[in-house]
Amino acid sequence: MEQKTLVLGVIGSDVHAVGNRILDYALTQAGFKVINIGVLSTQEEFIHAAIETKADAILVSSLYGHGEMDCRGLREKCQETGIGKILMYVGGNLVCGKQDFESVKERFTAMGFDRVYPPGTMPETPIADLREDLGITED
Amino acid sequence: MQAVLLIDFGSTYTKVTIADLDREEIIGTAQAGTTIDTNIMDGLKVALAQIPEPRGGWNFVRKLACSSAAGGLKMIASGLVKELTAEAARRAALGAGARVLQVFSYELTLEDLDKIMTSKPDIILLAGGTDGGNKEVLLKNAEMLCALPISLPVVIAGNKAASGQAADLLKKRHDPVVVADNVMPELGILAVESARLAIRDVFLTHIIQSKGLDKVEEFLERIMMPTPAAVLAAAELLAQGHGSERGMGELMIVDVGGATTDVHSIAKGDPSKPSVMLKGLPEPYAKRTVEGDLGMRYSSEALVEASGRRLFDYLGWTEDQVACQLGLCKEDPWRLPHTEEEVKFDMAMGRMAVGLAVDRHVGTLEVVYTPFGASYVQHGKDLTPLPVVIGTGGVLLHHPDPLEILQGAVFDPEEPTLLKPQNPGFYLDKDYLLAAMGLLREVSPQVALRIMKKYVLKL
Repeated sequence: MEQKTLVLGVIGSDVHAVGNRILDYALTQAGFKVINIGVLSTQEEFIHAAIETKADAILVSSLYGHGEMDCRGLREKCQETGIGKILMYVGGNLVCGKQDFESVKERFTAMGFDRVYPPGTMPETPIADLREDLGITED
Repeated sequence: MQAVLLIDFGSTYTKVTIADLDREEIIGTAQAGTTIDTNIMDGLKVALAQIPEPRGGWNFVRKLACSSAAGGLKMIASGLVKELTAEAARRAALGAGARVLQVFSYELTLEDLDKIMTSKPDIILLAGGTDGGNKEVLLKNAEMLCALPISLPVVIAGNKAASGQAADLLKKRHDPVVVADNVMPELGILAVESARLAIRDVFLTHIIQSKGLDKVEEFLERIMMPTPAAVLAAAELLAQGHGSERGMGELMIVDVGGATTDVHSIAKGDPSKPSVMLKGLPEPYAKRTVEGDLGMRYSSEALVEASGRRLFDYLGWTEDQVACQLGLCKEDPWRLPHTEEEVKFDMAMGRMAVGLAVDRHVGTLEVVYTPFGASYVQHGKDLTPLPVVIGTGGVLLHHPDPLEILQGAVFDPEEPTLLKPQNPGFYLDKDYLLAAMGLLREVSPQVALRIMKKYVLKL
C-alpha cells in the first residue's frame, strides 16, 4: 500500500517541542511519511505544507491552552484552498483550566476536526485511528 | 606572458579585462558602449583598442565572456504555493543569474499566458509539488503552457513523480525541454543546484544564439554564463578559497548599478545568538537578490520613492532640490556627477540603494511573546557577524567617498530586527574585476583568487 503523508506541527505561539518530536518518531515508526513543520506554526503553514506534499491528514498539537483560538477557521481555510476534505486531528492541552473534555471535544468537532484527543493520549491511539480513517489494512 | 581575455557584455557597457596568468596580474581594463543593435563585435573592438597592444600583437591563450546584454537572461518561474515551491523556483532562477520577470503560483491561467507572451522570457522554470507530493499542478501547468503560440525553452524542476510526464506534454510545443532535480524535494529543503546547472546549459546552447550573441563566438571561445552568475562564482571563490590558497571567509557583495542593485551573500547565516529558532524556507549558502527598483539612473525615481524620508533626512534638502537632481538623472542616464551638489546627491542615492537592498537581502529577527516569556524567531540569514562587505558598480567606483556609501549596509540599532552586518571590513572592487574573475575561475581558480585578493582594495 502507498505510504500515507501526514503534516504534523504545533500551532500558534506554542514552543513545546518535545511532544512534537515524540509524535514524529512514533508516526514515522508506524510507517507514515511525516512532514513535521515543528513549533510556532501558523494555520497557513499547515495548509501550504499539506498542499505541496499532497498530504492525507493534518495533525495539530496545542499544549499551551490557546488551542481553541489558534485552531478556529482552519477547516474553512482548507476548504478555500482546495483541500477541504482533508482529515484533521487535534490533541494536547487544548484549553485552559479543568474543563469537561466532552464539551471541549464538541467545540473542536464543530470546528471541523475529525478526531479530538484529551491530554495524556499516547501515540498509539491516533495511529490506530489514522489506520482506520485512511483505510490502511494490516499486512 | 600568458594573456587571457575576459569580456563582460553588459547592458550598457562592454567591459574588457586582460589578465596575465604567469604573473597573476591585470594587464589592462577598458570599456566601451555595448553595440547589440548592430554588431556586438564593434563595441568590443573599441574597448580592446584602448589597451596598448604589446609588440607582436596579442596572443590570447583563452578568450571568455559573460553577458547581460539584450536584457540579460530573462526568466519566469512558476510553482505551487507562493511561499514554497514558487519561492524556491524564484531563488533557483536568481542563483542562475537570471532577471526574474514574474513568479506564478498555483495553476496558470489564460491571463498568465498573456503575461508570458508580453514579457517574452528566455526560459520558463516550472516547479511544483515536493517529490511524491502534488502532481496535478505540474501536469496542469505543462498542459497550459502548450497553449502558448510560441516555443520557449522550459526547465522542469518539480515533483519527480510527475516531471517525466510533464516533459512529454511540453515537448509537443516547446524546445528544448530539460528536466532537472526538484527545487524542493522535501518540504523545507531547498535544492537549487541542479536547476541552476540546467538553466546555465540552456543559456549556453540556446539563448546566446537567439540573442545574436553567437556572432562573437567566431572570435571568442564562447560566452560562458550570464554576468550575475559570473559575479556569484567569483564571490564563492573569494569566500571559500581554493586548495591551499585561503579565501576571505564569509562575505557580501553589493553591486549598485544604473537600473538595479544586486546583493550576493556567501554565508550560512545561522543564528548568531543562542535560543533563536529558525523558521521559513532555508536560504542558499550563495544567495543573490536583485532589486529592480533600486538603481542610480534608470530606476532613480523608484529609488527616491522607496527611500522616502530617509533620503531627505540624510541630505537635509528640500523636495525641489531633490526633484531637480532627479530630473538630471532622467535626462541623461550616462552622466557622471560634476558639481558638488551632484556628487552629494549620488552619494545619498547610492547609500539609500545599498541600505535598502541589504535590508531586503538579510534575515529578520522577530520577538514572539509566548506564555513562557519572549522567544526569538529568525527568518532568512543572520549576517550580523559577517566580516567582509565588498562594493562594486558605477557609483562606488567613480565616487570620491565609497566608504560613506557602503556604510548603508551596516546594522542600524534603530532597526534591530534587520540582521545586517554589525562591524564588517569594507572593500572595493576598484577595477571592476569580479565578473571577469568569475570567468577566469573556469580556467584557473587559483590565479583568479590571487588576483582578486591582490586587487580588491581595503577601505
